[in-house]
Amino acid sequence: MKGLRFALPLALFAALVFFLWRGLSLDPREVPSPLIGKPAPAFALAQLDDAAPTLRRDDMLGKVWVLNVWASWCTACREEHALLLAFSGAGIVPIVGLDYKDTQPEAQAWLARFGNPYTATAFDGDGRVGIDFGVYGVPETFVIDRRGVVRFKQVGPLTPQVLEQRILPLLKELSRG
Amino acid sequence: MARRLVAMLLCLAALCAGAAEAPPAAADPALEARMLRIAAELRCLVCQNQTLADSNAALAVDLREQLRTMLRQGRSEAQVLQYMTDRYGDFVRYRPPVQPRTWLLWFGPAVLLAAGLGALSLVLRRRSRLADAAFEPDNDNPAEEGNP
Repeated sequence: MKGLRFALPLALFAALVFFLWRGLSLDPREVPSPLIGKPAPAFALAQLDDAAPTLRRDDMLGKVWVLNVWASWCTACREEHALLLAFSGAGIVPIVGLDYKDTQPEAQAWLARFGNPYTATAFDGDGRVGIDFGVYGVPETFVIDRRGVVRFKQVGPLTPQVLEQRILPLLKELSRG
Repeated sequence: MARRLVAMLLCLAALCAGAAEAPPAAADPALEARMLRIAAELRCLVCQNQTLADSNAALAVDLREQLRTMLRQGRSEAQVLQYMTDRYGDFVRYRPPVQPRTWLLWFGPAVLLAAGLGALSLVLRRRSRLADAAFEPDNDNPAEEGNP
């Protein structure tokens, strides 16, 4: 009984410290996406390069692919761009760009200036498709499997760590299955 | 003096006239009010401590427009909330739905309060049963010492 008198407050204090400590290390910007495990929203968009045919979600069925949401006004997109170019150069899966709330001339100039890592780029000028994908912090990256189901989402710039530890193993697993 | 005051007021008025005009009032005030009431329940994901109604982030402006469109199409409030949670998750709602996952969130404070009150009454009852000798003598008032 005497022991409990000290042990109980100590245990409660330890629990409190644990939760506060955990809270400090969580990033409130990382909102779990409700899309994970669900089919990617359907879309049919003109490509950034006007001459190209309309890009649809269903065109990508049967393939494992990566959707990268970007914009020419997005400074964080420049951070991940070199990594994206290298990733695309490795030719593991198609990387489709979604040019979010942008203008065609600016987006085209941006790609010309920094390099184009995308197999194809869908142009989402009014951001409707972005809303369907729950985009709120460009750049965002989605991994979508053969059946068109979203398997992974990264909000914010890709980092080598995320690419190597999360995305590449997932792609390997999905391509095998 | 009065003339100077009038001149100053006129200058001020001229300044005000140059300021940005208020955005045009909504075409349909009832719809706008409904939209804002729903938007006030929703979190803006770009600036997370603002509601969708308060925020001026580009995404918030787009989403308000989306809410307007949906309401105009006659969708219900529940359908609009569902549309938002389908895309952004329960996090987007300032009042998350009551479900097993959020029981702790909703009922935790009440449980803590009940536990606290329970512990307090337990301690008080136990103390009231103790004999006076179990307590240290009250030394606040030396005159009454040794005079139970």
